[in-house]
Amino acid sequence: MADTSSPSSLTSKLRPLDLGGAVVGLRFLGPIAAFVLGEGEIVLVDEAETRVRAHHGAVLSVSGDDKRLLTGGDDGRVVATAADGTTQALFEQKGRWIDQVAAGPDGASAFSAGKTAHFLPVKGERKSHDFPSTVGGLAFAPKGTRLAVAHYGGVSLWFPNAQAKPEFLEWKGSHRGVMWSPDMRFVVTTMQEAALHGWRLSDGGHMRMTGYPSRVTSMAFTTGGKFLATSGSSEAILWPFASKEGPMGKQPSMLAPRDVRVSAVAAHPRDEVIACGYEDGLVLMVRISDGAEILLRAPDGGAVSALAWRGDGGALAIGTESGAAGLTVF
Amino acid sequence: MPDVASPKIPVTVLTGYLGAGKTTLLNRILSEPHGKKYAVVVNEFGEIGIDNDLVVGADEEVFEMNNGCICCTVRGDLIRIIDGLLRRKNDFDGIIIETTGLADPAPVAQTFFVDETVGAKTSLDAVVTVADAKWLKDRLKDAPEAKSQIAFADVILLNKTDLVTETELKDVEMRIRAINPFARIHRTQRSEIAIDKVLGQGAFDLDRIQAIDPDFLEGGHRHFHDEDMRSYSFSTDKPLDPDTFFPWIQDLTQREGVNILRSKGILAFKDDPDRFVFQGVHMILDGDHQRPWRADEPKLSRIVFIGRQLDAAALEKGFLSCVA
Repeated sequence: MADTSSPSSLTSKLRPLDLGGAVVGLRFLGPIAAFVLGEGEIVLVDEAETRVRAHHGAVLSVSGDDKRLLTGGDDGRVVATAADGTTQALFEQKGRWIDQVAAGPDGASAFSAGKTAHFLPVKGERKSHDFPSTVGGLAFAPKGTRLAVAHYGGVSLWFPNAQAKPEFLEWKGSHRGVMWSPDMRFVVTTMQEAALHGWRLSDGGHMRMTGYPSRVTSMAFTTGGKFLATSGSSEAILWPFASKEGPMGKQPSMLAPRDVRVSAVAAHPRDEVIACGYEDGLVLMVRISDGAEILLRAPDGGAVSALAWRGDGGALAIGTESGAAGLTVF
Repeated sequence: MPDVASPKIPVTVLTGYLGAGKTTLLNRILSEPHGKKYAVVVNEFGEIGIDNDLVVGADEEVFEMNNGCICCTVRGDLIRIIDGLLRRKNDFDGIIIETTGLADPAPVAQTFFVDETVGAKTSLDAVVTVADAKWLKDRLKDAPEAKSQIAFADVILLNKTDLVTETELKDVEMRIRAINPFARIHRTQRSEIAIDKVLGQGAFDLDRIQAIDPDFLEGGHRHFHDEDMRSYSFSTDKPLDPDTFFPWIQDLTQREGVNILRSKGILAFKDDPDRFVFQGVHMILDGDHQRPWRADEPKLSRIVFIGRQLDAAALEKGFLSCVA
């Protein structure tokens, strides 16, 4: 429930939305908030709400950039959806699940089905590579054509346009999500265990980030890559990544503690501010420098499953597991 | 509106050595007019005829967990598949997982206790093993997987009974009992069985542990016992001290968890009006107070282990040292 100290509140600015299905992903396509529902629909919200059916089945993975939303489904399709609601199937294979999708620079895309990852350039041929086990996470490097592919036992760095074997970053265990730091010096994975693992690419140095009471399912680098904000605990955990060594030997910052676990985080694109959603549906905006909190959404029971800032930082979209959603324009 | 806690989706695991009749059983379950819809996880497509149900292919990826349990393995492919299935959870009433004939059931079962999301939304209902009445005895000699599948089972279909004599059937049943005294055994032909004897068993549900039947345990089948894999049961009518018992069982399952496939117990603690029940899969233990002991019920503590190469004398001594 709300803290007794009653932080300042902007809940009056929240425009509640009833989407009628669990939100599994969220992106802003320019000014339009695109909510991805688990059962295959996409709801595009500006003044109006437009519904688009992207998949005939469940959506398993969501990615995108400011122009397109990429989704992968258990219908074997990879679908790109634009802000005007047009959809394009980039790939289709009946009987397979598309487990992971990733949007790359210059309109390139990647996706995986089982152990096989595929790279789809805007022009030219699709490239594929089989990894040692099912792909758990897929992420393009912020620049260039290089993919981090998480799987059992570590991460492979794959240059789809090169013949060379992918570079392998080893760490025992099952790696699920994967992310590059904005400066491309670090790669971080969320693990099956309640932990993160990171590698410093310059020397392969390991970073073990542990101590979580539950698995980390949401993470985001704050502006300039200064911190990695994560879910998984009853406060937002922020690992310091500003220095050369990364977070090794340092304690994380803990912001916005409650008696409910953080289920989603999103970093403001310009300011040192994060949005922090909890398992009871409450959403806070938190300033990193002093931990000051502003309440954006009161709890309603459904866990916050996705958060996204508009590209200019002027709006935040909120999705939950229960289908209740919201849009706050500042 | 706050969410109403939805019941967990039951998961049935079908095991059995190659050719025992697993796929026939699966087809029977799916084709019965039960009005339910199942999500089915199979290892090979093509053999099952299904119109209405969801079918997913699995890859049998066994992952070790880095949590200090040396034997804690899970099925990574199942975690992924169940995460995916849960996104369309209104679409089905239960999940059935068919394993390959050579699969170890332990990582499958452990997945449901170790993975948070899977454990929060689904619950393991039972491990159902189909065994070939004619060939099981041979497989128990030469195939360690077949032995594990029997040891792990909650329900055993002793199938193809038309191919053996009554004497042979009794013999194979006794061998099964020597390994696994918990399981309900059903004699079948062509995997023909009422669906309610296979699904909805609640075998891992602590509330449904009623009794550990001593007849099964002390039926005098010792001369058939399997040297390698077998069950041991110990009991006492003296109340136990929880402060001794819990450290003992935790230490035991940490040290011997690799060799203990399943464990189960109904315990009477000193000055405690409630029955305490527990069940375990290798190192993973799940236990709770269940209900008050009834007045007409002897307050007997009984514990059973199914495993390989267990030191019976040490187990008994350890258990009896927990008497308050």
